[in-house]
Amino acid sequence: MVPAEPQPQRIGIPAESTAGETRVAATPATVGRLVALGYDVVVEPGAGASSRFSDAAYQEAGAELGDPWQAEIVLKVNGPSSEEAGRLREGATLIALISPALNPELVEELARRPITVLAMDAVPRISRAQSLDVLSSMANIAGYRAVVEAAHAFGRFFTGQVTAAGKVPPAKVLVAGAGVAGLAAIGAARSLGAVVRATDPRPEVAEQVRSLGGEFLTVTAEQEVSTDGYAKATSEDYNRLAAQLYAEQAADVDIIITTALIPGRPAPRLITAEDVARMKAGSVIVDMAAAQGGNVEGTVAGKAVVTDNDVTIIGYTDLPGRLPAQASQLYGTNIVNLMKLLTPGKDGRLVLDFDDVVQRSMTVVREGEKTWPPPPVQVSAAPAPGGAKEPDPVPAETPAKTARPAWSSYALVAAGALALFLVTAFSPSELLGHFTVFVLAIVIGFYVIGNVHHALHTPLMSVTNAISGIVVVGALLQIGQGDTAVTVLSFAAILLASINIFGGFAVTRRMLGMFSKG
Amino acid sequence: MTTDTAAQAAYVVAALLFILSLAGLSQHKTSRSGVVWGIAGMVVALAATVGLASRSITATGLVLIAVATAAGAGIGLWRARVVEMTGMPELIAIMHSLVGLAAAFVGWNGYLDVDAELSGSLLAIHHAEVFIGVFIGAVTFTGSVVAYLKLSARINSRPLTLPGKHVLNIGALVAFVGLTAAFVVRPGMGLLIAVTVIALALGAHLVASIGGGDMPVVVSMLNSYSGWAAAASGFLLANNLLIVTGALVGSSGAYLSYIMCKAMNRSFISVIAGGFGTPAAAADEDEQGEHREINAEETAELLGNATSVIITPGYGMAVAQAQYPVAELARKLRERGVEVRFGIHPVAGRLPGHMNVLLAEANVPYDIVLEMDEINDDFAATSVVLVIGANDTVNPAATDNPSSPIAGMPVLHVWEAANVIVFKRSMAAGYAGVQNPLFFRENTQMLFGDAKQRVEDILRGLDALDAPVREMAGTSR
Repeated sequence: MVPAEPQPQRIGIPAESTAGETRVAATPATVGRLVALGYDVVVEPGAGASSRFSDAAYQEAGAELGDPWQAEIVLKVNGPSSEEAGRLREGATLIALISPALNPELVEELARRPITVLAMDAVPRISRAQSLDVLSSMANIAGYRAVVEAAHAFGRFFTGQVTAAGKVPPAKVLVAGAGVAGLAAIGAARSLGAVVRATDPRPEVAEQVRSLGGEFLTVTAEQEVSTDGYAKATSEDYNRLAAQLYAEQAADVDIIITTALIPGRPAPRLITAEDVARMKAGSVIVDMAAAQGGNVEGTVAGKAVVTDNDVTIIGYTDLPGRLPAQASQLYGTNIVNLMKLLTPGKDGRLVLDFDDVVQRSMTVVREGEKTWPPPPVQVSAAPAPGGAKEPDPVPAETPAKTARPAWSSYALVAAGALALFLVTAFSPSELLGHFTVFVLAIVIGFYVIGNVHHALHTPLMSVTNAISGIVVVGALLQIGQGDTAVTVLSFAAILLASINIFGGFAVTRRMLGMFSKG
Repeated sequence: MTTDTAAQAAYVVAALLFILSLAGLSQHKTSRSGVVWGIAGMVVALAATVGLASRSITATGLVLIAVATAAGAGIGLWRARVVEMTGMPELIAIMHSLVGLAAAFVGWNGYLDVDAELSGSLLAIHHAEVFIGVFIGAVTFTGSVVAYLKLSARINSRPLTLPGKHVLNIGALVAFVGLTAAFVVRPGMGLLIAVTVIALALGAHLVASIGGGDMPVVVSMLNSYSGWAAAASGFLLANNLLIVTGALVGSSGAYLSYIMCKAMNRSFISVIAGGFGTPAAAADEDEQGEHREINAEETAELLGNATSVIITPGYGMAVAQAQYPVAELARKLRERGVEVRFGIHPVAGRLPGHMNVLLAEANVPYDIVLEMDEINDDFAATSVVLVIGANDTVNPAATDNPSSPIAGMPVLHVWEAANVIVFKRSMAAGYAGVQNPLFFRENTQMLFGDAKQRVEDILRGLDALDAPVREMAGTSR
């Protein structure tokens, strides 16, 4: 930890040196929020130029122009080059996309210097950390842009049209992998009017796909439910069936967008050269995993290539950077959210708390000491496969409602059946018929009411209320048959039950009349 | 075909019509025809019964039937027409009491007018049936009356805690069994009066010791009792129609009670035996942080810029009569292109489905009113959640804090949304007396005051948002 100093720490925003990078780690808007956290911000002149943010805009937001590498904290988009790493001052903190799993040499190199490094792409996937999750925010942009690139290369309408000049069928789009990028692509393609299909090894995302208007293609094989929010490497059986599915789809669809990534591993190969060969001329593939080796055979990272059968395979690795201003804004906001977490006093002093699982997971180097990989974080309490859908995992301490073992429910049913048997067997024969009717009616009641829509509970109660006025039948049979006392009581009972019958039905009708569909 | 077989045939038809009626009420599409089936069943049943009775009844008797039915119909239709939708729980409770009382009267008549043909074990069973019918009827009667008084705020809705309340309840049941045995051996008016008094006291005590927040369970439980009371009368009179109908109503009430109990993660027994222990006394006095306030104008701005909004109403909305401005707010936001939905906790309000009825009254389309299970996964993707008069049903302690009194109760996960606005009168704890950590979350802001007034302020705020746009449109012309 840094010894207490009176003046606030400085944050440096360098211009990105990686070729083709258009983003910047802070925009004028996020600079304002960093200043509000108590920091001084130094921006390298021209840092925001390719995102169309002028130096003047940064100055207006409260930043100074100068050498960002002298600052105590340096915010970057891409990992530093060796030369840049050398310019960091001692004790400095660097926050950037490091990809520690794919770049072990870079982590080793950074760990040789007395600095602290936080990887923006190592945020654990827990809901609290969602606001820092730069992979999600970038994937969202990339998914949208992938559809735009595909539409550009496709050269035909996405939407089906019936015009005076003839009918145009809608484009068919297959999205492989329904993560954040895949879902964004599904949404974008749908809103352009295409027919969208999607695949994913995680059956639980089917609902999300459908909510965006896509069709979910299921590969029928047993699959573990993901516990860490990412797709797992899949079983062999699944892979065989999936390959078959992709082969069929390739012949049918016009556009394929692949988004399959497995953290810390090369991208899985989904589309083979034969699949590509099967596609119609003019079809387009966007391989969003190109940087990690590609999901498609024949992808060239960073380039668009055209195959012999006139299929364009786009392997751009800078899809988020193709919307630079927004990509920078979202990345900058992710960083601001991280800085909020790291600045508990809002006093411009960075404090790293290793007890916080988010901060621990992101830190790859602490004061020259390598802290990667972090201990694993379990994020979602996934329901047991095949089991009934349980709303929440109930803590073990909770008293009531611990699941009874199976034998006890059998025992209960058996005891109930025995009791019923004894009661019935010993009752006189006149009662037997009534008893049968009674028991069957109870069972029917449960089944009939079991699937009542929740909104109709109140009308159901008022109608059963009216029906229970049937007790009037008893009073009707008794009135005028005996002495005065009986007649008086029956009269009262008929009166009361009539209120129920008429009032109950009337109020139910009134209520049901109010329910209307939007 | 004799009158008897005709009546029995009519009873079978009526029973089937009642089953159709309940089945129809399970879906919106068929609900209206469900009521028609119910009415048809009732008409068939009553016609058959009057036909059956007319064989031996005097002319006076027929006149009395006509008078009683007409008077009952008048009162019933009048109440049904004037009742406020917020007053639905009271109406339903008081109607349960009527069935209970009628069943108790039928039971008394069964004693006063014993069929001469009965003898031996059948007579003993008849006597037992009289007792059971009177007992269930009387418990339903006083229980419903107390529930009515609590719901209409004529008496305090706090649970009554007499010393040894469980002993009192069990004692009453034991006394009932003992008295039944005595009555079967030697019937007497004194015993019947005694059991009636015990049942009346038990009904009152049972409901008096249950708090206001458990009322959905109580009302549906009383619904169930009123059905069992009718079934008991059916056994007494050897009438299959009464048995079938009573059993249908009884099991429907029991099922609703079960749903409500599950929604509170509590066993039926614990609700019946009374309350959450001592509410309010258990309140956690130390606040868990600072809450932040927001005003109506800022809320309007937030809502105007939102893409999706979920409103989670509770009993507070009914109390403040805020359903009309809330519906207006939903309509306005939908016009602006904001996705608006309602998330309803199963035990919100004082009656199963109470919130749905209130929102329907205010013309909220029912397909945007969703159940907890339908909407709980969507909170994470929601811009703003408005919590109007709900507290325990949105308490994150139920999932986070295993030592909380409401731990394990399924709740609406409102805190997963980007912004949560809580409408509240003050910082007091909810019904369960549990402090709500939701109020101290970073993404939660409090809007204090009367819910109805605040929502109306927000409506004005929304209009003000549009005002500058309209001015510009005006100048360009």
